[in-house]
Amino acid sequence: MENQSSYTYDVIQVCLLAGKVMLQNGGETYRVEDTMTRIADACGATNSNSYVTPTGIFFSLEGPEPSKTQLIRISERTTDLDKVTKVNSISRRISSGDLSIQNAHIELDRLDKMTERYTFSKQLIAAAIASGCFLIMFQGSWNDFVPAVLAGGGGFFSVNFFNRLVPIKFFSEFLASFVIGLLAVFFVSTGLGEQLDKIIIGSVMPLVPGLLITNAVRDLMAGHLISGLSKGAEAFLTAFAIGAGIAIVVSFL
Amino acid sequence: MAIIAQVITSFIASAAFGLMFNAPKSSLIKGGFVGMCGWMIYYCMEASGVDPVVSTVTASFFIAVISQVFAKMYRTPVIIFSVAGIIPLVPGGLAYDAMRNFVQNDYNSAINLAARAFMISGSIAVGLVFSEVINQIIRHSTLTRRQKQ
Repeated sequence: MENQSSYTYDVIQVCLLAGKVMLQNGGETYRVEDTMTRIADACGATNSNSYVTPTGIFFSLEGPEPSKTQLIRISERTTDLDKVTKVNSISRRISSGDLSIQNAHIELDRLDKMTERYTFSKQLIAAAIASGCFLIMFQGSWNDFVPAVLAGGGGFFSVNFFNRLVPIKFFSEFLASFVIGLLAVFFVSTGLGEQLDKIIIGSVMPLVPGLLITNAVRDLMAGHLISGLSKGAEAFLTAFAIGAGIAIVVSFL
Repeated sequence: MAIIAQVITSFIASAAFGLMFNAPKSSLIKGGFVGMCGWMIYYCMEASGVDPVVSTVTASFFIAVISQVFAKMYRTPVIIFSVAGIIPLVPGGLAYDAMRNFVQNDYNSAINLAARAFMISGSIAVGLVFSEVINQIIRHSTLTRRQKQ
């Protein structure tokens, strides 16, 4: 009885940890629920219930003994698709029986603490080049390529820089788009760039909340109304912050 | 020449977005390919005079379909491939113009542009949803067929 009880707690712990890592790194709500249910199923607990919102997960397991429920709080959300993929493969291995629940717990713990990302400089270069490419895709001229690369890189750098100073996401996005606007005006006025509009549109693209928009739609369609709406609200606020930053620059022209 | 530039830039932009979202290294090229396909569908349709809303729906539908095929093939979450592909379709230019007109007190054209931007973001969603529905139907029918056997 004692053993059975601690086993159930272990299963809940693993499910919650897997859900937490996925949700914190940009997994869709329905995928988080699906993953947790699959892990629980594989461990023999077929009657599980979960309630996932972007800020917290409830998970309960019912069995022969009284049902057990736990809650985990999600305070920080970033985008790290590599971790989502890895949790996904861990849950597949649990389902197929390759991985015991104890080992899964160890692996998920390691994954949660791991900070194996692309280096910041690589991401900065990617953001800068992406800005330049977007400029060309939106019918800009090649003369504006370099200004867009610099403005986009500056925007991405400042969003990270301000995020460290002020831990309010919307404010740092606002300031970053303000910086982009200033850089673009500077390039145009010194004659390095030609079309102000195209440079701004291209360099703002790395800040656009594309992941949030796609996730919000998928969540809404899967019936997770609360998560879908709150992610939509987050996306809207981000878009609003970007627009406001640019608007200030434009209105002083 | 213009088309070649579009192919190359859309590929690089989508792959770069994958890198910014910290997608696994092996999926960067595939994500870039998905983004390139989506953008080329949109670009060619728009260049030949199709309504932007219709082109966006078609492009986002195909992005979602290709992503789902890749996700099945490589056993990874769909989101890795679809996210980078969707981003070029986001109506950043329209939203910018709308905002600029708002700031310059030209509310009529601002609302006009904002409504168009809203329609296009809605059509991205419709395309995604449509492919999801088809995916569910296929999954459901294969499941029931398996159960019957």
